Amino acid sequence: MQDSGLSILFMGSNFLRLLQGLWVTLQLSLISVAVSLPLGIAFGMFMTLKHPAARIISRLILDFVRIMPQLVLLFILYFGVAHAFGWNLSAYASAVAMLVIWGTAEMGDLVRGALISIPRHQYESAAALGMTGRQTFLEVILPQTVQRLLPPAINLVTRMIKTTSIVVLIGIVEVLKTGQQIIDANRLQFPSAALWIYGVIFFLYFLVCWPVSLLAKRLERRMN
Amino acid sequence: MDFSFVQNYLPMYAQAALLTVRIGCFGILAAVLVGIICSMILYFKIPVLQAVATVYIELSRNTPLLVQLFFLYFGLPKIGVRISAEGCAVIGLAFLGGSYMTEAFRSGLESIDRIQTESAGSLGMNAGQTMRYVIFPQALAISVPALVANVIFLIKETSVVSAIALADLMYVAKDLIGLYYQTKEALIMLVAFYLILLLPVSVIGTLVERRLRYAGFGA
Repeated sequence: MQDSGLSILFMGSNFLRLLQGLWVTLQLSLISVAVSLPLGIAFGMFMTLKHPAARIISRLILDFVRIMPQLVLLFILYFGVAHAFGWNLSAYASAVAMLVIWGTAEMGDLVRGALISIPRHQYESAAALGMTGRQTFLEVILPQTVQRLLPPAINLVTRMIKTTSIVVLIGIVEVLKTGQQIIDANRLQFPSAALWIYGVIFFLYFLVCWPVSLLAKRLERRMN
Repeated sequence: MDFSFVQNYLPMYAQAALLTVRIGCFGILAAVLVGIICSMILYFKIPVLQAVATVYIELSRNTPLLVQLFFLYFGLPKIGVRISAEGCAVIGLAFLGGSYMTEAFRSGLESIDRIQTESAGSLGMNAGQTMRYVIFPQALAISVPALVANVIFLIKETSVVSAIALADLMYVAKDLIGLYYQTKEALIMLVAFYLILLLPVSVIGTLVERRLRYAGFGA
């Protein structure tokens, strides 16, 4: 058969395989998001503590994780941890660990930012109304924090999904790797497969991330 | 720690870091240019181009750089568009960074009060002059924190170019781990070089930010 572009997608189970690969990507992202969000909230609250040791430690962790490219963190976990401690983390476990560590740091910073953006008079007014510390936090501070936090936190989800793409570089068979396999298997029949397959993967990522970004934008607009 | 290993392979890392810097500089410059053009198109609401810019921004913000690079480097040659790996990396970085830079400039432009435009108009300035001498300088000062964050983000993003066979820092580290199993040394040098590249940007960014805030443009 002559090369006819897109038709490679519908040959055999190629499209289904790509979607399966996409599912691996999404699974990785979703697991990491689900773990990072609560950990990030805890880390964010930890960062608002006044204790100097807590501040220095959290600052160092945050700065290191945020300044290193995510791929470097992934290499440290995948190659370095095995070498240094003898734990042979699988590629999948290293990828989840990297996404969770990075996601927690980013989420923590968002939570910290949202918490310190609540003006002091909110605490003082709540106290003047005779609310306890617990009531103040749950009924006054938390609702306002969540409202401020939601748009950037949802944006973080799209960033995590996009970051998941780099796990192909430590050999996880996700959507990009599946695409490479399809291209390699059909190299002779479909010399132009790379154009179409990578084009389709580009749009698959777009179709996943775009609705999430739109949601974030909408919440942001409603807040203003 | 095997210091003779570190000493032997330091030049390789330095060369790789230079490649990262080169790709980063050209990519960021191009991204800033794309950002200025797109934010102007959106600011002046130029018909047609505005729609094009919006579509571009959504596409670029919602796809990973690695996929963009694969498309540029492996996909485009199939229709006869052959670009060198370094060219692909710079174009990819400009494509990705352009939308982030647009967002940074746009938030600055939006924060400038209308009274500024009206005052410039009443002084007899035309739209171009108003933008160049009144609006843009103030918007730029407000955009600086976002611009610095984008620069750091884009330098970090260059780490994926090893996937299109460019010998950057990641590539060298992976190579050395594969060849000699000197994992600890290779990774420590990798981290050190990224710190050398990124810490100064972060520090200079903070300093510039503080100075601009002190100047109090538009604030």
